[in-house]
Amino acid sequence: MTTLSADAPATPRPAALRRDKRRWTGWAFVAPFLVVFALVLVAPVIYAIYLSLFKEQLIGGNAFVGISNYTQALSDPKFWDSLGRVALFLCVQVPIMLGLALFAALAIDSARLYLSSFFRISIFLPYAVPAVVATLMWGFMYGNRFGLVGNVNDFFGIQLPDPLSNNWVLLSIGNIVTWEFVGYNMLIFYAALRVISTDLYEAAELDGASQWRIIRSIKLPAIRGAIVIAGIFSVIGSFQLFNEPNILQSLAPNTISTFFTPNMYAYNLSFSGQQYNYSAAIAIIMGVVTAVIAYIVQNSGSRKEK
Amino acid sequence: MNSRFKKTVWRTLATATVGIAAGASLVACSSGPGGSADSGTAEDLEKALQTESSITVWAWAPAVEDIAKAFEEKYPKITVNVENVGTGNDQYTKLQNAIKAGSGAPDVAQIEYYALPQFALGKSLADLSKFGFDDLEDKFTASTWNSVNLNDKLYALPQDSGPMAMFYRKDVFDKYGIAVPETWDQYIAAAKTIHDADPNAYITNDTGDAGFTTSMIWQAGGKPYTVDGENVGINLQDEGSKKWADKWNQLVEGGYVAQTSSWSDEWFRGLSDGSIATLIIGSWMPGNLEGQAPDGSGQWRVAPMPQYEAGGTATAENGGGGDAVLEQSKNKLVAAAFLKYMNAEEGTQISIDKGGFPSTNADLESDEFLGYESEYFGGQKINEVFADSAKNVVKGWQYLPFQVYANSIYNDTVGQAYANKSDLNEGLTDWQKASASYGSEQGFTVSEK
Repeated sequence: MTTLSADAPATPRPAALRRDKRRWTGWAFVAPFLVVFALVLVAPVIYAIYLSLFKEQLIGGNAFVGISNYTQALSDPKFWDSLGRVALFLCVQVPIMLGLALFAALAIDSARLYLSSFFRISIFLPYAVPAVVATLMWGFMYGNRFGLVGNVNDFFGIQLPDPLSNNWVLLSIGNIVTWEFVGYNMLIFYAALRVISTDLYEAAELDGASQWRIIRSIKLPAIRGAIVIAGIFSVIGSFQLFNEPNILQSLAPNTISTFFTPNMYAYNLSFSGQQYNYSAAIAIIMGVVTAVIAYIVQNSGSRKEK
Repeated sequence: MNSRFKKTVWRTLATATVGIAAGASLVACSSGPGGSADSGTAEDLEKALQTESSITVWAWAPAVEDIAKAFEEKYPKITVNVENVGTGNDQYTKLQNAIKAGSGAPDVAQIEYYALPQFALGKSLADLSKFGFDDLEDKFTASTWNSVNLNDKLYALPQDSGPMAMFYRKDVFDKYGIAVPETWDQYIAAAKTIHDADPNAYITNDTGDAGFTTSMIWQAGGKPYTVDGENVGINLQDEGSKKWADKWNQLVEGGYVAQTSSWSDEWFRGLSDGSIATLIIGSWMPGNLEGQAPDGSGQWRVAPMPQYEAGGTATAENGGGGDAVLEQSKNKLVAAAFLKYMNAEEGTQISIDKGGFPSTNADLESDEFLGYESEYFGGQKINEVFADSAKNVVKGWQYLPFQVYANSIYNDTVGQAYANKSDLNEGLTDWQKASASYGSEQGFTVSEK
């Protein structure tokens, strides 16, 4: 509120500036946003870049080191290890999640489903559960001694693989993330499907098109934009993977390392290692990587549209 | 409720005002008298307590609130604001940030022994010997006093301690006809007996825990960390470290320890139903067992820690910590006085009543303490075992000045040996390398032998 009154040119300016009046009025309207944007987004990024050019030691204090934090990060096997892990996660989990979401959206939109609003809300509901709670809940179920997995083992007399062991943990995390976000993506797709004009369906019906044909030729092309958006969100989400592994770490400390994902690595570097500078460099690199990949996704999505 | 709230608001306002005033006076006269002094005699402390002022305490130990209340009753002019900003590492992170920022740190903070060197190093803690607290040495056990004295300075007063002992399930031992193990070899034999008879039962759980490992190496006589100012030696393959790893390998490689993380829900269930039959842990554990594993009541007993040689008595500390006065504090005299009250005077009894294990000789030797018969432990006088353990802690142990970080990467290194059921010595070597490289990065002179 105060920023608005401070920035808005309430008092008339001298004549020399009056020529510019039209141009400045627009800025005044976006000023509140710009102030917040600068404060919460631009300033922290600039500060992080500034931090990343220094190196502060417990002994010996702070020194300017140029880009050496960046060169160190690019040759840091832990960093590449974490980046490779989220990239693998991205390639496997995102297509599965978006596929399921698309299927659910089409099914609900088909109007052939009984209780479609019930399905819609129940698929969406997990998104309303905070990620922390969801992970704790799944963490209990994954327990192979007293959790659901343990119960299944006892009941059927079988030995399921431990969901929190080295080979399975990424899959287990993928399962949690899919569970959480299928509903959210479904809603994006469903919203896009609802705005398709019913005339198109009527025309298709008159032409004798099958449901499958309608999906392929009308629905999917119409919601391509929504798919690209959901894809970009998911790419960003995958690269920022943090909550789920960080919480599961207390249950599986030996399988989920402190550099399991790039975000966890940056977090642990700064908060347990006090290597704020190196951590800032890693955060900046990850920001650039995410932006580049999101851009590629967007580009490839819109190229198809042409 | 409402009046209580009002009181809190007024207190906060008063605190803020006092804080601003103190800051202003500091600017006006940097060597000003009164609360901002860096040193003082017992008389100065007493005088400061008769002046209106307040201090902030960061602590998570449950007794601190009660101690603060009792302190305020005794010295009505002092207001003590106790804030729980997180347990252990969470609090250290906030403390570290406040220290780095140069403001916002409390006057007094609870700091565990293993983390103390890290804060002492940054010159962020006040030297308590300037308040004459080095005279309190006789009040505390040798091992805890050693933990708060670093580089000839007194950085904290010990609050609680955790001399180790073996907690065991009598019912499980009786069922398999196992005699209480006195040596690690007997312990390993018992582990095999239990697990071979019931594949779901284990002698103990261990998924790899830095605090446990360092305590076990401590008992085995290892001195992996040698710290002299900025010169740091790290050797996790010294005689004691190897001695522990070679013994413990037999349990880990053979799969005789439960892969259940401590403090998890599964852990407490295992402790309740006896599928985890023993715990080698600090003497602060009874309260946790009573609270979180109530079904185990009557089944648990306490025995001295098993030994490497029959007839030995060596033990180690596991956890525990003290309280320090921050260098940032503008009210050091009152902060120091509170510290003394909390850890060397009336506060110790309040702490014991809340389940804390004392580090003060008088309490450890008092009949009331030693004679306490715990119902949960089948009427056993458990404090006798713990007090004995406190006397037999191996001397000369040191933690790294960056132990908090070293512990945080423990599972990346030693944890891998646990996960793969492979040689712990290799894990320890990896841990040593990773710790050493961090130390060098941070400007220490590190030697790896």
